[in-house]
Amino acid sequence: MIYMDNAATTLQKPDAVKAAVMRAFDTMGNAGRGAGGPSLDASRVIYETREKLARFFHAESPSRIVFTANSTESLNIALKGLFCPGDHVITTVLEHNSVLRPLYECQEKGTELTILGCDKKGNISYDELESEIRENTKAVVCTHASNLTGNMIDPGRVGKICKKHGILLVVDASQTAGVWPVDVSRMGIDVLCFTGHKSLLGPQGTGGMYVRSGVEIRPLLSGGSGIDTYNPRHPSRMPTALEAGTLNGHGIAGLGAAVGYLEETGLDVIREKELSLMRRFYEGISAIEGIKVYGDFDTDRRAPIVSFNIRDYDSSEVSDELNVEYGIMTRPGAHCAPLMHKALGTVEQGAVRFSFSHYNTEEEVDYAIRSVKELAQE
Amino acid sequence: MRKKEQKLVITFHTTADAMAMEKACRESGVPGRLIPVPREISAGCGLAWCAPPDRRESLLEIMSQHGIEQEDLHECMI
Repeated sequence: MIYMDNAATTLQKPDAVKAAVMRAFDTMGNAGRGAGGPSLDASRVIYETREKLARFFHAESPSRIVFTANSTESLNIALKGLFCPGDHVITTVLEHNSVLRPLYECQEKGTELTILGCDKKGNISYDELESEIRENTKAVVCTHASNLTGNMIDPGRVGKICKKHGILLVVDASQTAGVWPVDVSRMGIDVLCFTGHKSLLGPQGTGGMYVRSGVEIRPLLSGGSGIDTYNPRHPSRMPTALEAGTLNGHGIAGLGAAVGYLEETGLDVIREKELSLMRRFYEGISAIEGIKVYGDFDTDRRAPIVSFNIRDYDSSEVSDELNVEYGIMTRPGAHCAPLMHKALGTVEQGAVRFSFSHYNTEEEVDYAIRSVKELAQE
Repeated sequence: MRKKEQKLVITFHTTADAMAMEKACRESGVPGRLIPVPREISAGCGLAWCAPPDRRESLLEIMSQHGIEQEDLHECMI
């Protein structure tokens, strides 16, 4: 089996991640719920992971890192907790439903929404973005990279525009955290949402967010906090303010080990490998008659994703054929990015998405190219 | 029950701060340990840093160096 659906979830995880999760099962109690050994062990592991993520994303303090179950939860907390009726928010057609749907809910409650379009290659215009800023604009919410095309939005460039106009920048780094460096301080990111199970190489059910000091987010959940029991309100101190209930300590232990692995290996090493596999695959299939590849491949500043279609073939059939006949795992259909599909004209057909991990090999890529070529000749 | 001793007990706003305190003290070789917040200090729950009272200055310095904010600082029999 060849796994090339890493933009959905990375299948192969570092051994250190598996070991950390297994160790956690033997050692970890409930963090912050006592001073006994197992409880403290959980608190320590979670705190260490908080520290690692703060360093990884250049946060000013570990207390600004919040753990959640995934990017979707982080984005719901951020968007529903930041915006009020009367606020104006700018987003893009590149976004995943985890950005769009919470924003539509905000819109129903009176938040004004502008959705920036894209050009034929699937890129936004930064000038257009700036021109959409109004008196009541509260924030720009954008992805770091499209999960469909792999095209990137430059958060540093958007961050400069946001800073100039005194508005917030919320970034969805689901497809980039663990591939591209994210420096919230240098890029001017106010809220960063990330998931643990993709390129960060951690377990599913882990994720989180960075919230800049001074940015107040209304909590989505309230409940147990391990502190301030007799306060009828959930504590407002970060990170507790946004972490009601028992955290996924076992998963967070794995996420901590994953970040350690990324730091030891080096993001540049990982990225170079993934982009070289992506480029090899792209070069191999783009010349095949009947293949249409989506996205901007004039640059290597992108996520290691190649989405395409063969003629008018149903992407689900192509993906299924790749699975059944060739043992290659990909994702077909619509990719939870409805507006991107509309912009590309692939609402009906969907797209076959290959997404690479640094654990993939050139041999696997060459086999995948031959397989696609065979399918295109049928 | 153990014989009680005079201790310095520092409480924090969040568990994350308590964990930061433990780490900073371990790194600096300053003695102490995390304990459940004693009832006479707070009726709530959570963790506190318990240390010998004569280390007050070094503890305060560590907290200031690491940007760890205390909720309260008590001397009591633990």
